[in-house]
Amino acid sequence: MPYTYNTPAQQEEMLQAIGADSVDQLFDVIPDSMKLDRPLNIPPALGELELTSHMQELARQNTNITENTCFLGAGSYDHFVPAVVDTLAARGEFYTSYTPYQPEVSQGNLQVMFEYQTLICQLTGMDVSNASLYDGGSAAVEAMLMAISITRRNSKIIVLESVHPEYRQIIKTYFATIGTKVVTVSDASDLQSVLDQSTAAVLVQSPNFFGGIEDIQTVAEQVHEAGALLVCSIDPISLGLLKRPGDAGVDIVVAEGQSLGTPLLYGGPYLGIMACREEFVRRLPGRLAGQTVDEDGKRCWVLTLQTREQHIRREKATSNICTNQGLFALRAAIYLSVMGPTGMRDVATLCLQKAHYAQQKLTQLDRFESIGDQPFFKEFVIRDKQNDIAGLLRKAADFNLLAGVDLGRWYPQLEDCLLVAVTEKRTIHEIDQLVEVLGS
Amino acid sequence: MNTEELLYCDTHEWVFVSEQDGQKIATVGISAFAVEQLTDLVYMELPSVGAAVTAGEEFGEVESVKAVSPLYSPVTGQVTMVNDGLPDNLDVLNTDPYNAGWIMKVAISQDLPNNLLDHAAYQRQCGEAS
Amino acid sequence: MRNKHATQLIFELSTTGRNGVVLPECDVPTRDVDQLVPASLLQSDCPPLPEVTEPEVIRHFTNLSTLNMSVDTHFYPLGSCTMKYNPKRNERIAGWDGFAQLHPYQSESSLQGMLRLLSELQQMLGEISGLPAVSLQPAAGAHGELAALMVASAFFKQRGENRTKVLAPDSAHGTNPASARMAGFDFITIRSQADGRVDLEHLKENLGDETAVFMITNPSTLGLFDDQVQRIADLVHEVGGLIYLDGANMNAILGVTRPGDFGADMMHYNPHKTFSGPHGGGGPGAGPICVTETLRPYLPSPTVSFCNESKTYYLDEGSEDSIGRVRSFFGNVGVLVRAYCYIRTHGPDGLKRVSETAVLNANYLLSRVKEFLDIPHGDRCMHEFVASAAPVKEATGLKQPAMDIAKRLLDYGFHPPTVYFPLTVPEGLMMEPTETESKQTLDAFADTLRTIVQETAETLHHAPHTTIIRRPDEVMAARKPMVKWTENAD
Repeated sequence: MPYTYNTPAQQEEMLQAIGADSVDQLFDVIPDSMKLDRPLNIPPALGELELTSHMQELARQNTNITENTCFLGAGSYDHFVPAVVDTLAARGEFYTSYTPYQPEVSQGNLQVMFEYQTLICQLTGMDVSNASLYDGGSAAVEAMLMAISITRRNSKIIVLESVHPEYRQIIKTYFATIGTKVVTVSDASDLQSVLDQSTAAVLVQSPNFFGGIEDIQTVAEQVHEAGALLVCSIDPISLGLLKRPGDAGVDIVVAEGQSLGTPLLYGGPYLGIMACREEFVRRLPGRLAGQTVDEDGKRCWVLTLQTREQHIRREKATSNICTNQGLFALRAAIYLSVMGPTGMRDVATLCLQKAHYAQQKLTQLDRFESIGDQPFFKEFVIRDKQNDIAGLLRKAADFNLLAGVDLGRWYPQLEDCLLVAVTEKRTIHEIDQLVEVLGS
Repeated sequence: MNTEELLYCDTHEWVFVSEQDGQKIATVGISAFAVEQLTDLVYMELPSVGAAVTAGEEFGEVESVKAVSPLYSPVTGQVTMVNDGLPDNLDVLNTDPYNAGWIMKVAISQDLPNNLLDHAAYQRQCGEAS
Repeated sequence: MRNKHATQLIFELSTTGRNGVVLPECDVPTRDVDQLVPASLLQSDCPPLPEVTEPEVIRHFTNLSTLNMSVDTHFYPLGSCTMKYNPKRNERIAGWDGFAQLHPYQSESSLQGMLRLLSELQQMLGEISGLPAVSLQPAAGAHGELAALMVASAFFKQRGENRTKVLAPDSAHGTNPASARMAGFDFITIRSQADGRVDLEHLKENLGDETAVFMITNPSTLGLFDDQVQRIADLVHEVGGLIYLDGANMNAILGVTRPGDFGADMMHYNPHKTFSGPHGGGGPGAGPICVTETLRPYLPSPTVSFCNESKTYYLDEGSEDSIGRVRSFFGNVGVLVRAYCYIRTHGPDGLKRVSETAVLNANYLLSRVKEFLDIPHGDRCMHEFVASAAPVKEATGLKQPAMDIAKRLLDYGFHPPTVYFPLTVPEGLMMEPTETESKQTLDAFADTLRTIVQETAETLHHAPHTTIIRRPDEVMAARKPMVKWTENAD
């Protein structure tokens, strides 16, 4: 019992004050028939030293990306995390506090939320951001639910096939129980044939799952003509260069915020970003910090528009979300602050240039060809003419290269295709090595 | 409005019925008692003009900082007008809930439900509640 | 120590031309950006973010952190949230490259340590709950509730049963009704009796062949163990429904009793509460769910399985009946690694001691608090209890004494309990001391509360008196929401 203080003598005193003979007696309210009459069948306790060596053993059985060169992406990216992010987020006053229900002793967290919301608006060009959701995928589904609530159209939503396959699976799961029809179209040019007055929203991802940049503005016009809303899932890093979704007519922006200062963490916890146009703020799920003044007229921040939330509205709430990803919103706020406008521009430019260099080098090899001619950002698809992605990945692994993501696991027609991500962390030497190994 | 001439729901909405060109028009609002109980109102959602409302069912919402209260329609019919300026000036509900604080006008399509309270009965209900 | 000069927003610290990071020169041959991407898809300028230096960022956020109360600095008896000590060893381990620097799409063979950890965690959570089938995917407790209700929905659909109703007591967390609606069910509230237990007659009236799930928090949000739970489970099972246990209060019963043994078919854990993952200023949490063998096929996919032939762990996509994914990638793994460390640090005896100590601490605090506040639900509790400040209302004429007491506690350096929840207790103060507080701290807190309830109405009503801000105007914040900074707005 490493984390409790009271001595047996103190416990005795406490029992006396309570008027109980024993700790067991405090559990008398639980009928004996319900009590567990044996110890839990879990391994015995480990001290800190033993735990450390046990965990070291488990950690050693994993290949981590600091010992390998990572070209894996598909929604989770190996971007540079400045030391200030880790240092600040490790402060106990941040990570051992909770939701700021008492604003007088939570101004730190509330101001961080307010700054995060502002930074996300500046980055995306949207009017309002919430204080975070779980991850990019659940943010996408929450946005579609929100669009249904705004448009009051609950019979149909449309999702592009180039949206992250796992996000599409989440949408399928959620809407299966509600009964809204989810129509999937292969690309934006097919939208016209399925868009109609019963459509609540269209979900587009840009850069899409294959790395390609979509013409969001044109899609937005089409979608709005049908009276539907456009939900766009974006890569926040790309907004160092690409047109902001708020400037392109998007109604609700969602994103996986992991790229903004969070390591890979085997997929989570990450950061669900969601921002929308001003007029939808009362349908926005999740927490919001707002500016106000205190009794003495001093500027301060509080949780606001709480009537949207489950603890007040219960079965009529816009969402059931309670705990969010505060710590990762903090990381994103620190990251965006330290990067600034030029840092974001530089990261995006490095990603773009390096990805294009890698793509050009790889497709110059006889074995590979590119598919499609869509402009791309930091990720691209190559087709292996020998149709042996598994073999390629194994070979690359021998050289400590994580070469890319096998697309066949989601798209049977792309079983000979590899998705390669190149971030600002990759050097020309590492890219050349990848080309050499895959080409040999 | 003369509060004694109004009818009330047990959910604290008031209604006043008049006739225009043979059509019965109901003006609907919420009572001073309700406004006081709800404390500092921060937001109101109005129905849209043309919407159908049903007696006893929700037609909108009013919010304070930490509570949401549905508004129930006293009558069945179609909304012909709403008090657009009200959501931006909710203090009117404190100062003048029975005149400037009206919420919507409804062209009545069915007889009034028989569970509406007259002023005296409504006052009794409020007396019991407070 | 707080820096009184640090009152600006990061945007107000911005000076054109400053920079917080220097990135390497581009080492590959470059092309003009507009040759790579059509100009119509590009932004004409950099995003309009603040321009600050690294030292400014450090000082700004460090100073902000000093404005928070936290478990590391203060007693934080926030009922229902289990604000226990967050072990530093778990933080350090979760940050190791071997756990933190793993990509979700690495090959399974390169992740055997991680998959083994997750597999063992599945087994341990199954054992602790008495519900053997486990999914670690949900990202928070509310997300777990939703996933489990989707499991129930899929189960009934498979059996051709049209069950539309989810029921829960009036003392339930707001997430219960909200999750029920998101999963496509109608929600019905069941009354509690005066003693805080479920009103069985009201429950019976509402049970029938449309009943899908009864959601129960046991111990309840009042900190009471409902000894009727087995009877409730029998009643619900008789009409073909399922029992969902909201596991928010598992800290009271670890190793003592198991939801699977008192009739639950499904439950979620809040590992950030029970197993000490830090709360992160509002997350992340995680919301693993455990269900009976019968419901296993419907769990979200993937889970982790072990292949006996190859002696390797793998991601199991599950059966065709799986509801599918509720989250991208595997789940909130970082939180799960901490939970794993916590459980392994305690072992079977240690976990039971956690609950025993949490219950002892709560009962001790109750025995002190009952001297000067009402405890409407009796002299004993589990890991938390709800006091009522209603007598203070009578004595002082204060309209919201629970709020005033909470605010006054801030002056004395304590985080207040949860106030006005559950809704069934007037002027409720819900106190959960947790097992990681000493008798001295509990005594100091109780002494302070006693002092506070004897203070004048005037002192209470205007509390807090010493915090950096006092009673912010929430009405103004909600009427004219200002949810981002804009230049020259002030």
